[in-house]
Order: sequence, then C-alpha cells, then structure tokens
Amino acid sequence: MSVKKPPVVKGNTAKGIARFGGNRAAALVPQARLAGPMPWVIAIMVALTVIAAAGGMALTNLARGAQGELSGAVTVQILAAQPQEKVRQADLAEKALAELPQVTGLRIVPQSELDELLEPWLGKSSSGDLAVPIPALIDVQLRSSASEEQLSALRAALASVAPDARVDAQSGWLQPVFGAIEALQWLALALVVMLAAISATAVWLAARSALGSNRDTIEIVHLLGGTDGQIARIFQRSIGFDAVAGGAVGLAIGMLAISLLGSRFAALGSGLMASGGLRPIDWLAIAAIPFIGVAIAMLTARLTVLAALRRML
Amino acid sequence: MTDRGRDIVTFDNVGLRYGADREVLSDVSFTLHPGSFYFLTGASGAGKTSLLKLLYLAQRPSRGVIRLFGTDTVTLPRKRLPAFRRRLGVVFQDFRLVPHLSAYDNVALPLRVSGVREAEIAKPVDDMLEWVGLSHRKEAKPATLSGGERQRVAIARAVIGRPDMLLADEPTGNVDPEMALKLLRLFEALNRLGTTVVVATHDVHLLRKVSGSMIMRLDKGRLSDPTGALRYPPRRENAG
Repeated sequence: MSVKKPPVVKGNTAKGIARFGGNRAAALVPQARLAGPMPWVIAIMVALTVIAAAGGMALTNLARGAQGELSGAVTVQILAAQPQEKVRQADLAEKALAELPQVTGLRIVPQSELDELLEPWLGKSSSGDLAVPIPALIDVQLRSSASEEQLSALRAALASVAPDARVDAQSGWLQPVFGAIEALQWLALALVVMLAAISATAVWLAARSALGSNRDTIEIVHLLGGTDGQIARIFQRSIGFDAVAGGAVGLAIGMLAISLLGSRFAALGSGLMASGGLRPIDWLAIAAIPFIGVAIAMLTARLTVLAALRRML
Repeated sequence: MTDRGRDIVTFDNVGLRYGADREVLSDVSFTLHPGSFYFLTGASGAGKTSLLKLLYLAQRPSRGVIRLFGTDTVTLPRKRLPAFRRRLGVVFQDFRLVPHLSAYDNVALPLRVSGVREAEIAKPVDDMLEWVGLSHRKEAKPATLSGGERQRVAIARAVIGRPDMLLADEPTGNVDPEMALKLLRLFEALNRLGTTVVVATHDVHLLRKVSGSMIMRLDKGRLSDPTGALRYPPRRENAG
C-alpha cells in the first residue's frame, strides 16, 4: 500500500443534488426482510376488503332499487267473503282509483297469478275451490311515495264504493327487510374499516421489525449524514413494492370471489336480488381499493420509521 | 486561541453522563484548530470514545457547550445535524461497515447519502480504493476482508467526502504495527491537505510518529493538556 496524496473528490458532496433513493438506497436494507409474508398478508387483507366493499355496495344498490320500486306502490285488498261481492267491489274500486290524479297505474291481479303465489302454501287447487276466502288484489302505482296522507286519500275514495277494501303501502311490508339490509351495510362498512386498520397494523409491525433488524445500518447512514426522510424512503419503497404485489393478488382473488357470488345470486332469479348488482362506478371503487391499500401501507411505513428515528439523535 | 471564527471545535465545560450514572466526561474544555493533528489518549474507559461520540454528533452532552464549525450543536435542531455530520469523517473502532454491501458500495455510501449523482461516484470511489490499496478487493463483502482491509475500507469511507475533520477511534487497534504505521501515514496525507485529524488511541508509540501533532489526554473523564499545545497551538502552514 503506497501512501500518496489522497484523491480529490470532485462534485458537491454536501449539496445533495441528487436524491438518495431508488435501487442504490434500497440495497441498504436486505429486501428479504420485508418480503416474505408481507405481500401475502396485504393480499388477504385486500381480497377481504374487496369482498366486504362489494357486498356493502351490492346491498346498497339492492335497497336503493327496491325502495325506488316500492316507494309509490300500494296494494288494495278487497276482503269481502262473498266471491260476487268481492268481484263487484274490486271493479268499482278499480274505476274509483283510476279517476284519482295521484294514481299513475293500477291493475287487478289476475286469479291465475294469485293461485301461483299461493301454490307453495295451499297446493295446486284453484283458490276458487278452497274454503279459505282469498282477497282480490289491486296493485296501484302512485305518482309520489306512498305517504300516510296519500293512503288516507285512497281510503276515503274507496270507502263508499268498496267498504271491504284495505289499503297498504308495499314498502311497509318490507320495512324489516330494509332494516336488516341497512344493518348489513353498516357491517360491511365496519369490516372495511377494520380490515384497513388491521392492514395498517401489520405494516406497522413489519416496519418496526425491519427497523430493528437493520438498526446498525440505519445508525451508520445516520452518522454519515443521512436524513430521516432518506431512511424512511427506503422502508417506504420496500413496503410499497410489497403492497403493490399484495394488492394485485388480493384484487384478483376478491374479483374472482365477487364473480362467483354474483353468479350464484343471479341464479336465484329473485326480483329483489336482481337489483343488487354492481354499477360501473362500484367496480371503479373496488378497483381503487388496492391503490388505497398501497397508500395506507406506504404512509404507515413512513410514519412508523420517522417516529422510530426521532428517538435517535 | 484568539480567533474564534477559525476554531473548528470548541468544548466549553462539557459533561456527559449516561442515564443516572456518574459522569463519564467532566468539565471538558478545549479548542481544535483547522488543519491540526490531534491524538486523544488515555487508558481504556477514560472516555475517549464518549468524547468522539460528542464530536461526531452521536450524543448530546449532559451539560456544557459544544461549538462545531462555529455553530452550537447542543441546541441545534435534530433536522440540522445531518448537514454537520456530512462535514465529518469517522473511522469507528469496530469499522461499522454495512455487511451486505461490497467494499465499493461501502466507500460510495457517504457520496450517495450526500446526493452525488451515480455517474460522478465511480471514479472517486475507485481512486479512493486505490489509495488505500484495495482496488483488487472492491467487490468483496466485509466478512471476507481481513481486519486491516476492513480498516482501510472504513478509512476510505471516512475520507471520500473530503471531510473538514476526520475522527478515528482506535484505528490501529486491530492491525499489526506495520499496517498501523501505514494507516497513520494515510491520516497524515489527509491532514496535509488541510483536514483536521483526531485520532483516539491508547498506543503511546504512535504519538511520536506524527510530527507537529498535539496530544489530548483523558483520565477518568477529565482532559489534560500535557504538551500545552491545546492552549498554545503551534502555527501551521496549512492551517485553515
């Protein structure tokens, strides 16, 4: 080893003209420490969040569609025991209702349709042959929602022509169902929030663990003049890569699960379920979940590392 | 020292204690001048490493005032410390090389941290490795280097940023006498370019090897000035 004049370093070593980042900075932290389980944890979290969010949005659409359909729907039942009287009152009620300005549509439910509705309970016999009296039904569609005032007006109009008529808003029957749907919506929202919190916690633990196992390297970088921001960026980048990989896998798993569930519910053929599909805006929101996950992961990593570094001089 | 603006370091009545223990440094006051060469001596446990830690800003004192490059670093906000650290070169007693980086990347680290463009890094790092005689080992990881080679990588890393002050903690502690002398010559070469050098050592034989060097002696955390050079520094051609 010959001793000669030390080489002169050109350039602006103290000015920080280029950012200390990218691969050369990332090489300071062995990536295997952050890789491993982290992408898979994020993938599972994103998949569960996608499924919960999709469920919540489908329920919202279902409730909105059903409420929209039923808000102005009214059922008039003619409860007369005598069949001829029932038919007579039904005809008169139909005429009376047709003259009301707030009524936009109405129809007497045909006997065949009633038989079909009652078949699961009463069997194939025609309701006309049964001892049990079946009311005549009239579906009425109002211009606006079926408020108590509107129902009172209908009752007043029918009182003289169909004294055995009973008027009910269809939405009233489904109120318990809407209540249950609303509870499920809140549950889905709570799940999404909890999953986001769990994801952030997992990232926090991973970042702290990575900090602990790379403490010596971090101290060296610190003593060489590295800033908190430079060091935080290294971890943020590493977690960011894990989150992108995990988010993509999680989105794919979540979408697959949604598609399978969607096809199962579509096969039910129920009118109520058919309105519970996802709109294009919902799919966009679902596609945004991994990006939000990446942002949460990177922000959590950055804040965790900065908080830990503040404890060093 | 009458010209305070020329002082590179000033310690004024500095004390340091870890937790509730007794002070490891007490009433330490001295001034270091640009371009000078200092040996910090004392028995093991005298406080040499603690004093160096205060100098390279790894520790704040429990009391007293420390001025580095004319700035009070005791009250300096944390976020302003990195800029001061980049003006220092430190050779740690245990080298503190990053184990998974090659010798080249370890030497390049201060430049990268300082934000030097990658294209401007290769030549100085190669030159620095050649200067310490390790061109042929540039891709080697620290674990595969001998003690002397690691020491030279650590010195190259400390020097590459052309620091205003070089601090070396027992740099010859892990090498044979011949290598120790060669390392000392590297420090001298750097010192001739104007860098202030502080070498902490308990090896009294080294003290006579550098002409014009000044000795700071620590004894149980208290500083003495056996040559009087700290109080009356010799005039140096290359000072400043």
